[in-house]
Amino acid sequence: MPKNVYEIPPKKDMKVPGRIYASKKIFDKIKKDKTIEQIENVAKLDGIIGASFAMPDAHQGYGFCIGGVAAFDLEKGIVSPGGVGYDINCSVRLLKTNLTISDLEPLKEKIADALQKRIPSGVGRGSPFQLSRKKLDLILEKGAKYLVDEGYGTKEDYLNIEEEGQMKGANPSLVSERAKKRGIGQMGTLGAGNHFLDLLVVDEIFDEKVADKFGLEKNQIVILIHCGSRGLGHQIASDYIKKMEEEYGIKNLPDRELVNAPIKSKLGKEYLSAMACAANFAFANKQIITYWVRDELKKYFPDVKVDVVYEVCHNIAKIEEYKINGKKKKVCVHRKGATRSFGKGRKEIPKKYREVGQPVLIPGSMGTPSYVMVGTKKAEKISFGSSVHGAGREMSRSQSGKRSSKDVEKELKKKGITIRAGTKQSLSNENPQAYKDIEEVVDVVHDLGLSLKVAKLSPVIVIIG
Amino acid sequence: MKKYEFLEHTADVKFIAYGKDLRKLMINSAKALKKVIYNKRVKKREEKKIKIKGKDLENMVYLFLEEFLFLLDGKNFLFSKIKEIEVDEKNFSIKATILGDSSKRYDIQSDVKAITYNEMYVRKEGKLWISQVVLDV
Repeated sequence: MPKNVYEIPPKKDMKVPGRIYASKKIFDKIKKDKTIEQIENVAKLDGIIGASFAMPDAHQGYGFCIGGVAAFDLEKGIVSPGGVGYDINCSVRLLKTNLTISDLEPLKEKIADALQKRIPSGVGRGSPFQLSRKKLDLILEKGAKYLVDEGYGTKEDYLNIEEEGQMKGANPSLVSERAKKRGIGQMGTLGAGNHFLDLLVVDEIFDEKVADKFGLEKNQIVILIHCGSRGLGHQIASDYIKKMEEEYGIKNLPDRELVNAPIKSKLGKEYLSAMACAANFAFANKQIITYWVRDELKKYFPDVKVDVVYEVCHNIAKIEEYKINGKKKKVCVHRKGATRSFGKGRKEIPKKYREVGQPVLIPGSMGTPSYVMVGTKKAEKISFGSSVHGAGREMSRSQSGKRSSKDVEKELKKKGITIRAGTKQSLSNENPQAYKDIEEVVDVVHDLGLSLKVAKLSPVIVIIG
Repeated sequence: MKKYEFLEHTADVKFIAYGKDLRKLMINSAKALKKVIYNKRVKKREEKKIKIKGKDLENMVYLFLEEFLFLLDGKNFLFSKIKEIEVDEKNFSIKATILGDSSKRYDIQSDVKAITYNEMYVRKEGKLWISQVVLDV
């Protein structure tokens, strides 16, 4: 095996091997929980192609591991809500500004307060962005594009989102009333847990040419937003897990969370359509947040320009084409806590990035650097065009939650970071020690060629849910 | 006797709840869930009804606990206490009246996204009913 690649040979009912991309140190951590068992379980599913993959930020999830990637044959394969996750299209958007660190530094406390006040975070608090049922359906169908058409952004915004901010095939009538009720009051909210809005400074450029294409330069202020489809997506996942159980049963499954339906079945297609609705909700969610961020920053910097660099999906299933055994073939790629990482030329990438590859956005844990990387042709060959989605947890929340929120606040302050938290518990649970070392994860990714380093971003203001 | 306890899980929250019968097990499972969402006192200003029908024991626990997530996201209702509960063991159905308050008044500590089937079981060990649940947070 090449360096930093670990293979689990097929045994028992495994149809393909498991393949883990990790350094020795990370692999030793991965071995400690149930990640490997989960990778093996996925390898047993019908129609899986190539291998059951885990990215270098992998850890135990439910059904699929987090950082799990698997591609399925469209004729013989399955689609599994557990392979997408409950927070459908939990995703990351990167905005660039024409501000520099010297503009932001003197005002950072005030701006942190203003943004925290404007963008609802936490749980059970609702959103000031009120929606009618009719508008909710339009959002589920048309995503960020609908909100831009309504005046909440520019065309450039949605053109620079995966799927152009509007995943095709979304049919709102396949989303339950219950899911709509859970989501309708939550448009434009961050939520809690590991969701955040960060203002960061571009600290280091690794690839000048690509950074220039992405519009990034040293000392520039950029913004990362991480949140998903909120209660709406969670309920869609639960609903379809139940429907698939009723239709196909769970007897032959190694884990009830791996319940699935054939991709070509009616139910399989319906899930993909409802999933697309949740994806569109998540794109729209960040569009509203972007609108509010622009509005707040304008109060301090009247000439500020805030543009969308890109938005990547984390928890999603996508129909994509690859060359497999020399032949072009469409497959359904599940990415659960993983990011698409397409190299140059792919038609799915916005035109302006097509000659270099897509931006791959890797947020660090709270208070640690984040990275902008670029997708590669190699990823298309070795991981169905996938890379990591973050640092990846290594400590349970009950362990990390023992650290006092004050202590965490102090540590961040020492680094010069301004922090605001919607819930004190998130500060403890998400403290940097709970995660793998982002630098190590990114180096493994870069060396393997899953994606390549472009720029390093250091946090200035951290607002967590 | 312990009502519930929390176990280690890298990404999520895992608990085991106990009860001398299924009724008590449901009450203690709901208490464990509440502890994760909000671990302080919640006022009893409002009343809500829950009615679910499952297919097996695990499905019944899943549906029952999911009601609390729905009430929180969909109705901004944070639950405090179960006032009345009836569990029909044969039909896997539950009827309950619960007390709680508007979630907007509280600084809720964590966003439980979903109840999961991962490692879930509900079974009787000797005289004791036990449920194990992993929550996606």
